[in-house]
Amino acid sequence: MSQATKTVRIGSAHGLHARPAKLFAQAAKNAGIPVTIAKGDAKPVNAASILGVISLGIDQGDEVTLTADGDDAEGVVDSLTELLATDFDAE
Amino acid sequence: MATLAGVGVGLGVASGRVARMADPLPAPADEPSTRTPDEEKERAHEALAAVARELEERGEHAGGTAQEVLEAQAMMAEDPSLTDDVDDRIAGGKTAERAVHDAFASFQQTLAEMGGYLGERAADLGDVAQRVLARLAGVAAPGVPDPGHPFILVARDLSPADTALLDLDQVLAVVTSEGGPTSHTAILAREKSIVAVVGVAQAASLTDGEAVIVDAAAGAVTTDPTPEQVAEATARAEARRAAASAPPTAGALADGTAVPLLANLGKPDDAAAARELGAEGVGLFRTEFLFLNSAEAPTVAEQQAAYETLLAGFAGHKVVVRVLDAGADKPLAFLNDDTEENPALGLRGIRVLRAREQILRDQLTALAQADAATTERGEGADLWVMAPMVATVEETEYFTSLARELGIKTPGVMVEVPSCALLADRILAVADFASIGTNDLTQYTLAADRLLGSVASFQDPWHPAVLRLVEDVGAAGRDAGKPVGICGEAAADPLLAVVLVGLGATSLSMAPSALADVRATLAGHGLDDARRIAEAALAASDAASARAAAQAAASRTTAA
Repeated sequence: MSQATKTVRIGSAHGLHARPAKLFAQAAKNAGIPVTIAKGDAKPVNAASILGVISLGIDQGDEVTLTADGDDAEGVVDSLTELLATDFDAE
Repeated sequence: MATLAGVGVGLGVASGRVARMADPLPAPADEPSTRTPDEEKERAHEALAAVARELEERGEHAGGTAQEVLEAQAMMAEDPSLTDDVDDRIAGGKTAERAVHDAFASFQQTLAEMGGYLGERAADLGDVAQRVLARLAGVAAPGVPDPGHPFILVARDLSPADTALLDLDQVLAVVTSEGGPTSHTAILAREKSIVAVVGVAQAASLTDGEAVIVDAAAGAVTTDPTPEQVAEATARAEARRAAASAPPTAGALADGTAVPLLANLGKPDDAAAARELGAEGVGLFRTEFLFLNSAEAPTVAEQQAAYETLLAGFAGHKVVVRVLDAGADKPLAFLNDDTEENPALGLRGIRVLRAREQILRDQLTALAQADAATTERGEGADLWVMAPMVATVEETEYFTSLARELGIKTPGVMVEVPSCALLADRILAVADFASIGTNDLTQYTLAADRLLGSVASFQDPWHPAVLRLVEDVGAAGRDAGKPVGICGEAAADPLLAVVLVGLGATSLSMAPSALADVRATLAGHGLDDARRIAEAALAASDAASARAAAQAAASRTTAA
C-alpha cells in the first residue's frame, strides 16, 4: 500500500462545476482506490462523490490537493491532476 | 383575458390547451421503521441504483447535452457521500423513504445556499429524490402528462430527464413558474427550439384544459384569448415554421440594406454546420483551441494546417480570425505564469502577446501562409485578422503594422475596452476594421467581472452606456468608410441586433444557432426603423427600460 499527494491549479474556465465535476468524479470512481480532494486547507472530501466535489465550489485558478491511498496511488494522482489542469470547456 | 409575464426563450409562439405536470410527491411520514435497518438499507440501495440506471438509459436515448446532464444526475443518485448519509439515517431508525428524503434535502440545501449555478443544480438533485421516492412507493415518477392531444405543458420547473424526452409532436409550448434564463428548461428549450416562457410566477393559476397563447417573443402567457388573437398566433407560428424550413437567405433589412450574418466559431470543423445554417462567413474565429492543453505553443506548420481547413471551409467568404486571446484569466503555461489579483484588468489579450512577441509573430505568419496556400489552390477566403483587448491607438499601430509586415492583408482590432470605443475615430484611421466584443465591452463599461455571479446583473449589453459606446464606434466607422462588426453575444438577441444595426454595425456575428431568428427579425425593419428603435433604447436610463423602449418602438414598425 502506498499513499500519494499532489496539489494542482484548476484549468477549467467554469471551475469544477457541471461537466468537469462529473468527468472528474467519474475518473476518481474508476480509479478503484480511495481518493480525496481538498480545496486549500479545507476538509478533504471523497473525490468519487460528484456532490462532494460540486459543493466545494471550486473555481478556475483555485488550488486543490488530491490524496490517493492504495495500489498505484502515484499513477492515479498523476492522471487525476492532469485532468484537473485541463480546460474542458475550451474544446 | 389576462396576461402573465415571464422570461421568453427565443421568438416562438403557440396556442393550445394546458396540461399541468403532477405536483411533487408529499414528504414521506417520519414514523419508526417496522423493518430491520439492513432491510431498509437494501430497499434504499435498490431504489437508488434502479433510478441511476433509468437516468443513464434516458441519457443514451436523448444524446447530446441532455445525456451529460442525465449522466451527472445518475451519479448523484449513487453518490457515495449521499449513500453514506442515507445509511446513517437508516441506522438511526428512519425508514428508507424518510432517510432518502432527508439526505437529499440536506444536500439540496447546501447547493441552494451556494446560489447561482449551483443553486440551479439543487433542482436536478430534487428531481432525483422524487424519482427514488416514487420507486420506493411503487408509483410512477411524477412526469410529463399525456392528455392524448397536443398541449401546452405547465410545470413548476422541468427536470433534465423530463425535457430530454419531451414528445415535440405533443408539446406545443412549455411554461414554468420557476427557473430563470439559465435553467435547464431554458437551455434545452433553446437547443430544441421549443416555444417556452420560464419564470412565470402566476403559472400556478393555470388549470388543465384552459386555452392559452404562449408568446416567447413577448415573454407572456395570455389566458382566455380571443379568436382573433388565436388566429394571429397561429399565423405567426406558421410564418415562423415556413421561414425556418426555407433555404437561408443573406442577412438584410426590410429595405434591402445588406447586413451580413456571420458565425462565431471555435474549431475549423464547425464550418460546415455553420454554412448549413446560412452563415455568410466567419465573424469571430477563436484560435485558443490550438493553444490550450499544450505545454508549448504550437508550431507555425501545425497552426497553418488548421487555418487552411478553416479558410477552405469558407472559400470565397469573409473569415475574421482573432489572434490568441489569453491572460491570467485563461492561463497558458508558456504565455503567462504570473497570478494576478485582477486578471480581467491584467496582462491579457494584445498586451501579453506583445510581451511574448514570438508567439504573435508565429501566429500571424501561419495565418498569412495559410491564406497564400489556400488562395493558390483556388479555395481561398477573404482573411481578416484582429487583435483582442486593444486599449490604445498606439497598440492599434503596433498590431496593424506587425500584421501587415508579416503578410496579413486586412488587420483590425476588437473594441472591448471603453477607451478604444471613445477614440474609435483615431483607431479606425489606423485599423482596417473594428469588431465590437460586447461581452467584454459590457464588463469593462460597467466595471463588473463577467465571471462573478454576485455582479452578474450588471452584465447586460442592453445598458445604454454600452449602446452609447457602440454608437460612437458606428459613427467613426461610417465617417472613415470602414466596417464595424459585432461579435459578442449581443448580436444573437434578435431585437438587440436591430438596435446594433441602427447604431451603425455593418455585420453581425453570432453562434450559428441564433442566425435564423436574427435573420427573420432584421427582415422586419428598415434602416430608418432600426435607427428609430436604437434611439429609443439609447434614451433609456437602464438596461431593462432600454429593452422595453426598443420593444415598444419595434412594435410600431410592425403595426405600420
